[in-house]
Amino acid sequence: MPSVRNIAKTLLLGELLQGLAVTFKYMWKPKFTVHYPEERAPQSVRYRGLHALRRYQNGEERCIACKLCEAVCPALAITIESDVSPDGTRRTTRYDIDLFKCIFCGFCEEACPVDAIVETRIHEYHMENRGENIMSKDKLLAVGERYEAMIAADRAADAPYR
Amino acid sequence: MSTITNLWTSLVTWWTALSADVQHLIIVFAEIVGVMMVVIVCVAFLTLLERKIIGWMQVRIGPNQIRIFGLPFLKGVAQPFADVIKLLLKEVLLPAKADKVVFLLAPLIALTTALATWAVVPFSPAFVLADVDAGLLYILALTSLGVYGIILAGWASNSKYAMLGAMRSAAQIVAYEIAMGFALVGVLMAAGSLNLSDIVRAQSGSLLTWNMVLLFPLMVIYFISGIAETNRAPFDVVEGESEIVAGFHVEYSGASFATLFALPEYANMILVATLAAVLFMGGWLSPFQGILADSSPFAQPSFAWLFVKICWFLFCFLWFRATFPRYRYDQIMRLGWKVFIPLTLVWILVECAMVSMRIGPWSHFG
Repeated sequence: MPSVRNIAKTLLLGELLQGLAVTFKYMWKPKFTVHYPEERAPQSVRYRGLHALRRYQNGEERCIACKLCEAVCPALAITIESDVSPDGTRRTTRYDIDLFKCIFCGFCEEACPVDAIVETRIHEYHMENRGENIMSKDKLLAVGERYEAMIAADRAADAPYR
Repeated sequence: MSTITNLWTSLVTWWTALSADVQHLIIVFAEIVGVMMVVIVCVAFLTLLERKIIGWMQVRIGPNQIRIFGLPFLKGVAQPFADVIKLLLKEVLLPAKADKVVFLLAPLIALTTALATWAVVPFSPAFVLADVDAGLLYILALTSLGVYGIILAGWASNSKYAMLGAMRSAAQIVAYEIAMGFALVGVLMAAGSLNLSDIVRAQSGSLLTWNMVLLFPLMVIYFISGIAETNRAPFDVVEGESEIVAGFHVEYSGASFATLFALPEYANMILVATLAAVLFMGGWLSPFQGILADSSPFAQPSFAWLFVKICWFLFCFLWFRATFPRYRYDQIMRLGWKVFIPLTLVWILVECAMVSMRIGPWSHFG
């Protein structure tokens, strides 16, 4: 008897009609698509995007070339060379991040004792030539200078939870 | 102004100077071009409608960027034109080891058969390109010819995926052609004619005399077979992008892709929808016939009714695609051979009995 009922159920397309009812219902539902370039989804202050190197307010580089970030980087994306600078402090002479290797885990930022290397909220960037994936020290510092206000505000907003 | 009137009078004199045969030829040619243009424009907007409706059903928006001349409303409506321009401007790649002649001929076969079928479709009581007595046979013949385009495309591509897709399409179309043919046998028994206009006229009376009432199972089977014939989801193993990349059209690009894949597929979809409307839902007959007075404008047969019915079936095509997952290949074969063919046979038997024992509306044939 159950087999007869099953055959009848299959022939009357009951389950298919149920499925059709579901898609028909969803056709009228409001859509939650975000119209991307015109609209943007909210972003966390902890967003881990493009890297930046920060400076102190007096213009001095924060980075002290301790190489903790290089050591902690799981993808080996950071390359640092250091030397003694003219004013007698230890400074990096080279600070490269390979964006192709980087997995944006944020460990470098966590490891940094002076909050020098940070990941900003910038996620819209592109490269047009080979080699542009290497963020050199100059480029990182430039990003840091340009977005310092945002970077500082984000750190301040997140500070109570750390 | 005078130049225009001069032109007009010279045109009229030229026209009247032609022999009646030539005049007839020109009129018929203009009608053919007109129907083809309408079909192609419908195909263009059907692609847009498909993306929109499937988008809505998946709680997305669908194309919403391209506008007509940048007007601030009807966003996305010009998408088909952008698609056509893109496809026509792209390079037509010829695979090095392909059979070049057949490779380029296959899309044309698919396109020709898809468009030629429209000759016998009755659009309104007064307008049908060719009022052939064997219209239904002609349609069956041409729709089965359409598979040659797919098979040749798959074979000439000299690619294993294309070949697999083509073989699947051949097997599938053979299986479903039979069920479809049997479903149509039911219709022609009910109408007593193969002429599509006669089939529509035989259904006139009221909503209840449409074939879809007594032949409802045949309508369902016809429409499902039609979906299988046009290789649409859930019967699109021919393309099967998860298994064989894109099936028979994997090697095609640009304009040859447009003529092989987009145009015939969508033209055939519209055709199957039209035929379902003509054969089972009374074509250009009004659903209010027999309910409202015969003098009422809503009871008059017209192309508008046919259009509404075609839209319904086309919506079903898109609806099914948005709803059902793809059938497995052996399930498709099982459904075609072991379910649809016996079902149609049984229903034809029932119909035969009704006709010969003079039960129901078809007693006059017995």
